[in-house]
Amino acid sequence: MLAYIIRRLLYAIPILIGVNLITFALFFVVNTPDDVARVHLGDKYLNEEAVANWKAARGYDKPLIYNPGASGFDKFQQTIFFEKSAKLFVFDFGAADDGRDIGYDIRQRMWPSLAIAIPSLIIGLLINVTVAMMLAFFRASYIDIVGVIAGVTLMSISSMFYIIGGQYLISKSLHLVPISGYDEGLSAIKFLVLPIIVGLIGGIGSGTRWYRTIFLEEINRDYVRTARAKGLFESIVLFKHVLKNAMIPILTGVVVILPILFMGSLVTESFFGIPGLGSYVIDAIQAQDFAIVRAMVFLGSVLYIVGLILTDISYTLVDPRVRLS
Amino acid sequence: MAQPALKGFLRVLSTLCCVIAAGLISACEMQQWNNPYLSAESDENILYSSFAARPKHLDPAQSYSSNEVQFTAQIYEPPLQYHYLKRPYQLEPLAAESVPVAVYYDADGNVLDDNADAGLVAKSVYEIKIKPGIQYQPHPAFSRTNPDSNDDTFSYHALSQDQLDEIDVLGDFAQTDSRELIAADYVYQIKRLAHPKIHSPIFGLMIEYIDGLLDYSKVLGKQLESDEKAWIDLREHALSGVEVVDRYTYRITLKTKYPQFKYWLAMPFFAPIPWEVDRFYAQPGLTKKNITLDWYPVGTGPYMLTVNNPNRQMILERNPSFRGEAYPNEGEPGDEAAGLLVDAGKTMPFIDKVVFSLEKEQIPYWNKFLQGYYDSSGVGSDSFDQAVNISGGGDATLTAEMTDRGISLLTTVATSTYYGGFNMLDPVIGGYGERAELLRRAIAIALDYEEFISIFNNGRGIPGQGPIPPGIFGYEEGINPYVYDMVDGRPQRKSIAEARALLVKAGYADGIDQSTGEPLLLYYDTAAVGPAAKATLDWWRKQFKKINIQLVIRSTDYNRFQQKMRDGKAQIFSWGWNADYPDPENFLFLLYGPNKKAQLNGENAANYVNKEFDHLYESMKNLPNGPERASVIKKMIDIARKDGPWLWGFHPKVFSLQHEWLKNTKPADVANNTLKYKRVDQVARDARRAEWNQPVLWPLYLIIVALVALITPAFIAYKQRQRASAISNSTIGKPA
Repeated sequence: MLAYIIRRLLYAIPILIGVNLITFALFFVVNTPDDVARVHLGDKYLNEEAVANWKAARGYDKPLIYNPGASGFDKFQQTIFFEKSAKLFVFDFGAADDGRDIGYDIRQRMWPSLAIAIPSLIIGLLINVTVAMMLAFFRASYIDIVGVIAGVTLMSISSMFYIIGGQYLISKSLHLVPISGYDEGLSAIKFLVLPIIVGLIGGIGSGTRWYRTIFLEEINRDYVRTARAKGLFESIVLFKHVLKNAMIPILTGVVVILPILFMGSLVTESFFGIPGLGSYVIDAIQAQDFAIVRAMVFLGSVLYIVGLILTDISYTLVDPRVRLS
Repeated sequence: MAQPALKGFLRVLSTLCCVIAAGLISACEMQQWNNPYLSAESDENILYSSFAARPKHLDPAQSYSSNEVQFTAQIYEPPLQYHYLKRPYQLEPLAAESVPVAVYYDADGNVLDDNADAGLVAKSVYEIKIKPGIQYQPHPAFSRTNPDSNDDTFSYHALSQDQLDEIDVLGDFAQTDSRELIAADYVYQIKRLAHPKIHSPIFGLMIEYIDGLLDYSKVLGKQLESDEKAWIDLREHALSGVEVVDRYTYRITLKTKYPQFKYWLAMPFFAPIPWEVDRFYAQPGLTKKNITLDWYPVGTGPYMLTVNNPNRQMILERNPSFRGEAYPNEGEPGDEAAGLLVDAGKTMPFIDKVVFSLEKEQIPYWNKFLQGYYDSSGVGSDSFDQAVNISGGGDATLTAEMTDRGISLLTTVATSTYYGGFNMLDPVIGGYGERAELLRRAIAIALDYEEFISIFNNGRGIPGQGPIPPGIFGYEEGINPYVYDMVDGRPQRKSIAEARALLVKAGYADGIDQSTGEPLLLYYDTAAVGPAAKATLDWWRKQFKKINIQLVIRSTDYNRFQQKMRDGKAQIFSWGWNADYPDPENFLFLLYGPNKKAQLNGENAANYVNKEFDHLYESMKNLPNGPERASVIKKMIDIARKDGPWLWGFHPKVFSLQHEWLKNTKPADVANNTLKYKRVDQVARDARRAEWNQPVLWPLYLIIVALVALITPAFIAYKQRQRASAISNSTIGKPA
């Protein structure tokens, strides 16, 4: 398995180089360092000298990818690409265009993102699996039909509707929780309730539909019939046998998103005022702080690849027939 | 066997319901579940406000945006400030003993008269004396290893790695200290404006005025070449235009006559920075932890920033070292009746703490205001109809819902102008010939800004008759006679027929260029893109269509648009300007020839050049406010109206709402250090919040009942299926 993981990690390198090159091209060729400097310095009383100073202070005055004026390896090292993009490979995110340390900000802001993402994932998984199991149990009955219709309806509604509707109903009309905001420690709970509820309701439709399909596929297999023939309770059949065998597709969906949970949700964090990494990216895009956007794109790619590798590993844990080689 | 299981289930369910109900009932005793603040804060003297985007800079040499100045202006004290109540705005001393008066010298060093011609003035000298005894806020930068000594052995100026490991935010420093404000601190800050690594936005402007500032920047640049990360002690390098006279006096020498310089002395750019603070923050270990002057300001003002988490919350707290300042004893007529002089003479600040919460979205922001969790609010377009009624005459009143809540409305015309512009370098629309002039005039008539204000700004604005907004010296109530007629004492836009007649005269009858026979195509350059901009762009097209001119929209991204403007390649565009200071020069320079944007990178976006206008500008700039200056300004505006480089656009109106418990609020567009004047009646606020935010619990009970009603039959059905025999007609085991 170790060899497999090492091989997968090596495969990741060209992918990350590709991601890096594309983001570099987007941010430095389409949007020149002069443009970035002007955005950061503002319009008023701006002169060329100020633009030049700003670029020099942040290393944007160097050539893009090849420095003919330098010697030896410096021809590649003394470039914007090396300074701003290549260093990402060693997780040196550098400073944002406003001077703040990006690594520090990421470490600070990942916790609020996780505070929403982890409960949403765990509770959502429990609810979705339970409801899907119930629908599978009552398959072809009126409960199943109503459940499926409700699921399709819920998954057809925009997440913005849930957010605005949730804020209107739960916070504005019923005054049950704050409409937005965040706090440290246990005080954060009252702020997390609404985004988590909204996330759960928004995800319950598609989640239960997906898991119901998986369970129904399993429930018609021979081993289920055998289990029933042995006289096992239906609850034992479902939770012990069906659920265990349905774990592979469930894991596919869950493990792959585990690492990127901490990247946060762009929309939810913005609407609920949660200071996580999702809103960090939104803020950076609005401020045209491409150092942050570049770092977050790279980090997102790394985490996605890690998620895929973890998924492969988890297959072996739930299904002994699977061998990584 | 099934019966006991069902009974057990029902027992568990009923117990659960009882527990939830008991929890909810007991929770009812706790009020305001939706309170986003700590309940312990309710007795405290706190003002609650918000910010929409995190400030980029809090370093007074860098910060310029209004969302930054709302913090820096409460912390830093430049020498001067604006009177809070008097209008038009008046400068008054803040840290200075008095408003300095410039002394003018000729090239031989002779003192000149105050009204001396600017051409004779070789230098202007401002000598500023500050009040003794002003103290800085407590800060670790001032902390000494031996507090009784005056030597330079500071506790935290050379932090070791062990010390750094224990520090995460500024509050982690165990010791803080303060010291007296001295003149050298102001000098130090002016030197910082020239620091090549600080990028002060006004450096480019100030090198035109402050003697030696450009050379000073070069000296610093040279020193940085040897070690770009080294801290430069600016005390070691003299700046010819700024010097310390004595402990409480400093002198600024300008290379020319620039009467508007005194307004800059009311901005945080000219606030003091002690060298100790600069030294403290220059440590790389602190920068790595984002502990910088740009993040943690240090001032002598009424407030200090104690929490700076702009991802969530920023908190200003009363500076314990603040000397106190008296609330104004006089204002303009009407202020006393408005209750703005109730606190006259009392010591400020009145509020202990100001909590700013990050609020990016309009909906939560507006609802929190209505719930009483923000003390004041702007009026967004989403909530405008809920809050404000606009009468047929254009007057704004509050809706019944707002008045029932005790909310009041404050309105003021901003010291800003939003205008459409013609690029005067353009071969079709620009130039100074009669043909182009008539064409521009016809367009100015056709473009109905009254309609624009009504549709896109909810009526919040007044059409511009010239570049100067109300509240600034030189503004006149009159009309632009090339675009308006005065009918029954009110300005009325000229008719489309008149605009068409002008087009005929210009040789574009019915939108056809008579010289070529081709339809006249004009281009509107804009950075507005996407569905959100469609309505506005359609409106622009429609206005031109009224006079049969085809308008082509050239939308592009912001950077490309700016580049076009710098290159003088745009044809028709929209632009805006917010006043830096309340002087007509700050608006008229937008039309001053040597200030044009193309080639010269100035703020004259229309690239308008008129020698007579420029000559008058140079004279007006150096005149004191009075009849002579007013007369010159009138001439300048008349020239600009005739040439028509702008579609005069509008001056926006600012609407703000405030709860009844917030006192002493007066719109002050130019003054920024206004928090110290405000007062909060927290008892009234607590009562209103409690009244408005009682939790409504019956829907929760309903949901619990509904869940029980759903789960119980499902559970019963489940148990029945469990008990069913294998050969029954149960669906279990059948394919789905």
